Amino acid sequence: MFPPVPNPTTGPQSPKFGEKDLIRRSASTVTPPAERQTEVAKLIDVSKCIGCKACQSACIEWNDTHPELETNTGVYENPHDLTPDMFTLMRFTEWENPETNNLEWLIRKDGCMHCEDPGCLKACPAPGAIVQYSNGIVDFVHENCIGCGYCIKGCPFNIPRISKVDHTAYKCTLCSDRIAVGQGPACAKACPTQAIVYGTKEEMKKHAEGRIADLKSRGFENAGLYDPPGVGGTHVMYVLHHADKPEIYAGLPNNPKISPIVEAWKGATKYAGLAVIGVAAVSGFLHYLVNGPNRVSEEDEEAAERFTGDRSS
Amino acid sequence: MSTDKDYHVGKGDSVHPGKPVTVDRYTGGARINHWITATSLVLLALSGLSLFHPRLFILSALFGGGQSVRAIHPWVGVILFFSFLGLFLRFWKLNLWKREDGTWLARVRDVLTAHDERLPEIGKYNAGQKLVFWSMSVLIVVLITSGVVIWDQYFAAYTTIEQKRWALLVHSIAAILAISVWIVHVYAAIWVRGTIRAMTRGYVTGGWAWRYHRKWLRELVAKSPTKDTKRTAAE
Ligand code: HEM
Ligand code: SF4
Ligand code: SF4
Repeated sequence: MFPPVPNPTTGPQSPKFGEKDLIRRSASTVTPPAERQTEVAKLIDVSKCIGCKACQSACIEWNDTHPELETNTGVYENPHDLTPDMFTLMRFTEWENPETNNLEWLIRKDGCMHCEDPGCLKACPAPGAIVQYSNGIVDFVHENCIGCGYCIKGCPFNIPRISKVDHTAYKCTLCSDRIAVGQGPACAKACPTQAIVYGTKEEMKKHAEGRIADLKSRGFENAGLYDPPGVGGTHVMYVLHHADKPEIYAGLPNNPKISPIVEAWKGATKYAGLAVIGVAAVSGFLHYLVNGPNRVSEEDEEAAERFTGDRSS
Repeated sequence: MSTDKDYHVGKGDSVHPGKPVTVDRYTGGARINHWITATSLVLLALSGLSLFHPRLFILSALFGGGQSVRAIHPWVGVILFFSFLGLFLRFWKLNLWKREDGTWLARVRDVLTAHDERLPEIGKYNAGQKLVFWSMSVLIVVLITSGVVIWDQYFAAYTTIEQKRWALLVHSIAAILAISVWIVHVYAAIWVRGTIRAMTRGYVTGGWAWRYHRKWLRELVAKSPTKDTKRTAAE
């Protein structure tokens, strides 16, 4: 068992990270701090999850959100998708293992992965609406958000949701406000089976190794850690019993990375685009300097007078 | 009854002999239609560019901040679309490609050096104007289509994220092209003196028509009620 984060002291505390620890800020350049804080991570052990949704309740409780009541459509997901009021969601898959012919009930806690290379932040046009702290947490700053939804297109995991109420984007914060004062995420605290644990990224990887060895010893030979390198690794990781096929866990992407379309849009298009507009404007200017205006001459006017006079008299 | 000359003269165009001769080029309706289109295009370019590059985000202040840009931009797009549709219906016929347009375009060097006397006689629009017209027509259709796909406030549910990614890329490229075409369009109007008045006051001078759009002038004179139409039609 991984030791849980102890209960808080009751006295006020100053936050352990803030503005000065930003390593990325959307639509802005930041000078990263000289020293990076220890990277943190949440580890979700899918094999230990019993699908009780205590994490969902804890998330709602801590973040004081009010997910709408929905109707039961015969599936376990509740609500049916991530929403601006539901930052994490248990996704259930009934999977028939072709090797054993066993039905396996796969339960994955979906939510922001806190990518080391966050596509949401790359796509965001509003300065400071998305920030990344040196400990790896990717956070949305609602005062700066304009609600354009570009983050949704940038994210390889389909996570952010735009609120119809305040028109800003919402997703899991990794409980940055709790972590800032030495606490762990609310979901990790609530999880009755320790399927969710929180610590430094190194600790989490080490803890995962033990879990994976255990799973392998029990016949899950493809058990492994999901820490996808395509996005530089994530600060929310999964232990999967079938790490060779992440997509069976309700479509967890196998090798996620920022879409090349998004890269092209946010990369070449921006530079080439401004260059094209610049060239158009400068050529006009130069043409004018060299040629001067194109004027109608006196002779043109006279020709027109003769022409119309002739014809219409 | 479609003779060649129908394509060179717009509704409401007419010649007023005098000193100088004046030629009506745009009706009041056409001018209002044009300026609504122009205003919305500029507003769209400014608000769009504010999201296009972090350096330009400051432009969002003109609209009262990023949230308002996000809310307003697509609606202005809708205005632009319908307003441009009006212009399209008014002008498309006069912008059909004619044989002399190829010649005109081949002599673009003379165009740029203002050797208009070396160019073929041109109807109401020259090849440059026609290219601006058709590229804007295509680009605005592309912009409204891709724009609706990324208009998440109302249409998020109708397309996949992958389709929206493509739409964003297409929208931003089309916007760049539209802004560039717009620059060419405005520059041409400034460079060729006497042109802007056509869209402000509605008329040009006879000399202007004689120099740049002689075929148009000829046909206007030919159809003006005071003279012998038979003779000119036979020309
Ligand atoms: C014709 C209808 C149009 C519609 C429905 C539309 C809609 C949109 C939408 C929904 C966005 C995303 C941001 C936002 O919600 O504000 C956007 C972005 C943008 N639009 Fe439009 N638009 C239209 C026309 C135009 C035109 C005519 C231009 C330029 C002349 C333009 C330039 C831009 C630019 C530069 C962006 C930012 C793209 C980026 O961030 O890379 N749009 N448009
Ligand atoms: S909606 Fe997303 S991309 Fe747009 S400003 Fe807000 S955080 Fe940034
Ligand atoms: S999972 Fe999506 S929303 Fe979360 S950090 Fe990665 S790109 Fe951003």
